[in-house]
Amino acid sequence: MGGSALMSLWTKIVANLRWLWTSLTSMRTALFLLFFLAVASVPGSLFPQRGTSPLKVTQYLRDHPKSGAVLDKFHMFDVFASPWFAAIYLLLFVSLTGCVIPRLVIHWKELRSQPPSAPRNLSRLSAHESWSANASDVDVLDAVASDWKGRGWRVRVGDEWVAAERGYARETGNLLFHFALLFVLFSVGSGSALGAKGNVIVREGSGFANNITQYDTFAPGRMFDTSTMAPFSFQLKNFFATYQLGGMQNGAPREFHADVLVKTSPTAQAKPVRIAVNKPLRIDGSSVYLVGHGYAPEITVKDSNGKVVWKDAAVFLPQDGNFTSTGVVKAPDAVPQLGIQAFFLPTAAVDAVLGPHSTFPAPTDPMVFMSVWSGDLGLDSGVPQSVYRLDTSKMKKIGLERLHPGETYKLPKGQGSVTFDGYKEWASFSITHDPGKGWALGAGMFAIVGLSMSLLVPRRRAWLRITPTENGTILVEVAGLSKTEAPGLVAEISALAQSARTYAPEVSHGD
Amino acid sequence: MAINETFAHASNIMVYGAMTTLTGAMGAFAIALAKGRRLESIEETVARTSSSSHQTRMGATTTLERPAVSTAVTTEDGLGEGRRAGNIGMSLTWLSAIFTGMSMLFRGLSAHRLPWGNMYEFSIAAGFGVLMAYCVMSLKRDLRWLGLFIVIPVLLDLGLAITVLYTESAQLVPALNSYWLAIHVTAAIVCMGSFAVGAALSALYLVAERVELKVADGQEPGRFAALAERLPAADRLDLMAYRIHAFMFPLWTFAVIAGSIWAEAAWGRYWGWDPKETWAFITWVIYAAYLHARATAGWRGRKAAIVAIAGFAAIMFNYFIVNMYVSGLHSYSGLN
Ligand code: HEM
Repeated sequence: MGGSALMSLWTKIVANLRWLWTSLTSMRTALFLLFFLAVASVPGSLFPQRGTSPLKVTQYLRDHPKSGAVLDKFHMFDVFASPWFAAIYLLLFVSLTGCVIPRLVIHWKELRSQPPSAPRNLSRLSAHESWSANASDVDVLDAVASDWKGRGWRVRVGDEWVAAERGYARETGNLLFHFALLFVLFSVGSGSALGAKGNVIVREGSGFANNITQYDTFAPGRMFDTSTMAPFSFQLKNFFATYQLGGMQNGAPREFHADVLVKTSPTAQAKPVRIAVNKPLRIDGSSVYLVGHGYAPEITVKDSNGKVVWKDAAVFLPQDGNFTSTGVVKAPDAVPQLGIQAFFLPTAAVDAVLGPHSTFPAPTDPMVFMSVWSGDLGLDSGVPQSVYRLDTSKMKKIGLERLHPGETYKLPKGQGSVTFDGYKEWASFSITHDPGKGWALGAGMFAIVGLSMSLLVPRRRAWLRITPTENGTILVEVAGLSKTEAPGLVAEISALAQSARTYAPEVSHGD
Repeated sequence: MAINETFAHASNIMVYGAMTTLTGAMGAFAIALAKGRRLESIEETVARTSSSSHQTRMGATTTLERPAVSTAVTTEDGLGEGRRAGNIGMSLTWLSAIFTGMSMLFRGLSAHRLPWGNMYEFSIAAGFGVLMAYCVMSLKRDLRWLGLFIVIPVLLDLGLAITVLYTESAQLVPALNSYWLAIHVTAAIVCMGSFAVGAALSALYLVAERVELKVADGQEPGRFAALAERLPAADRLDLMAYRIHAFMFPLWTFAVIAGSIWAEAAWGRYWGWDPKETWAFITWVIYAAYLHARATAGWRGRKAAIVAIAGFAAIMFNYFIVNMYVSGLHSYSGLN
């Protein structure tokens, strides 16, 4: 192949790339991408999402096995983490960057430019005034120019005219807004890559230390570094909740908070702190939020020899707004092994349709309904087991019982006993570390300032022209136009004309 | 603290009061509209805008500053009845705004908190927002011709609130117990009210533009002519709608940011693509697209108006469909 053919291929490639870049960075493309981002986020609001409600996704996939699988292929259950969402997001980012930087350069030049000279025919402008004045000794043009300048206009004096312009802040604000927007996108992205988020359930009397192994679930960002985890810890002293009693919203939560003892490091002094909804604990760049709560019945299990094989408060998970809670207890040291499936009901009721259920979230009449199993818990099978589920495939049911606090269920045939000692409450905490948060907020504030300037500052031009007439007077014209659709042009031009009249007073034609 | 039932009851009575005065306002505005005529005839508008240069467009800007000229309620010969009816409508609308405001006040006094805790209360607040936006805007210019298109939706909103959405006065669920709620919701209500007026103007724009285009083409003006003759010229409707949206968009941006500050404190993340947040984002993007569309020559007018209406439709979707049918963290409808 000849060198010239190569060259022309090269020019073609360059031309195509340039075309691609120009198209990508045009406002139309950015707008399209923006619209596309909005449309792309719609399925994320209509289908359950793994990030926020993983259980609902599992449920959906079970209910709609065929369509669910197809939807899943297209990432409909993790829209905001999907490659195509990221693609739109990144393209928008590039498009926006490519379009605002050249505008910044242009605006930089414009900021130092002079207002354009007066058009030939001022009377065609939408705001216009004219009058006759005597040619005076005062240099009208200079006087008017310095007066207008004092009113915040940028002025330029010509032979027979003054040109003025104001409202450059509009474009400055517009650029500020678009740059702030870029920065918001950047902060959101980098914050989630560098940060981490986890959840943990803590029972009253127990504690938590900020260490990956202590979390129930932990979701680090792609670039999260565990060595940045602050060494704080806390102990849950007391959880407190109140509920609406009576009325249409009976049982609705009214207040809850958790009293904890916090240490910023293992050796630090413990400090009492109250964590409530809307009042997270901020500690060393991390935030601890109270996100949920429930009950943990205290249960003692003895085996056939009367030996205590389990004594602890077991975390039960609430199933409804009235805290009908379910959980299990596993006693692998009993011979044979014992397992309990149970309901904890803070305000117990039983009926034929609903079975055992709670009618109010507060513990006014707590009760445990349990079914006790014996046999092989299956813990040695090597398959990891949920602490909230009992695998009864190799077990035999040995009885059902309901207990009030303090009561004991003696298992039949001397197989042991189960005592419901009382209950504790637990609180669940969400602990986040998001270094991009403050930056995103700051950029958001700048975006609002920029936006307000961009939309509310009027951009205007005004001119004054003097024309000598045959009878020795001069014709003074003041006119202006608005480069935007902001109101108030006529009033503003008439104020300028008013000030010009002080330097070139009107003469009445009768004189 | 216990609920004060007297205030709760008074609050409900105020809603019925507002519905009564709004019904009166509806009748009065209907008469005002029927008796009104635009001052610039459709033919004149067509002649003016067919030479549509930048200057004439900006000419419309100046004309807008003289409200008596651009409104349709009265003509030189038909002065009187229509204007009187319009005045009655305006007064009744102010009264309705006061009644809904009192309803909110009493509700707040009854529950000892800001009265924005569930959908019933939001609907009352939204009705108040729309009425206030309209009343405040009408202080600067004559908007009697628009009244009918404001009071009918508000009447429907209040009716829906008191029947379907009604929730007893009660205290708040803890997540709503924050001063960011006050800031976020106040801003959102002001924006929602203004965007409702903006959407009404955009819809009327579509009517007026259609008729003007037909006349410009030399066709029969069609069945909407009777309405278009009673409205300002299309370009003015467009400009009014633009100014409302442009003025409110920064506040809407602020409302979204305030919401994310509140979300950060309540739920541990400032943005989590909760359905409600997703739709707030969609709405924001649509209005941003509207502003760009207005700035892009080929998109002025009809396309921009449709985008503005789509923005309001997204607000409505967020309000009714997402609140009631899509579950998320923002489940405060108070309905079960
Ligand atoms: C290639 C990219 C973009 C270009 C060239 C561009 C250009 C512009 C221009 C020229 C204006 C001023 C319009 C006017 O004078 O009324 C504007 C306004 C605006 N832009 Fe963009 N824009 C771009 C991307 C975006 C993106 C991605 C957003 C995201 C939301 C955005 C949001 C806005 C908003 C809200 C306004 C309203 C403020 C105003 O009208 O002054 N823009 N943009």
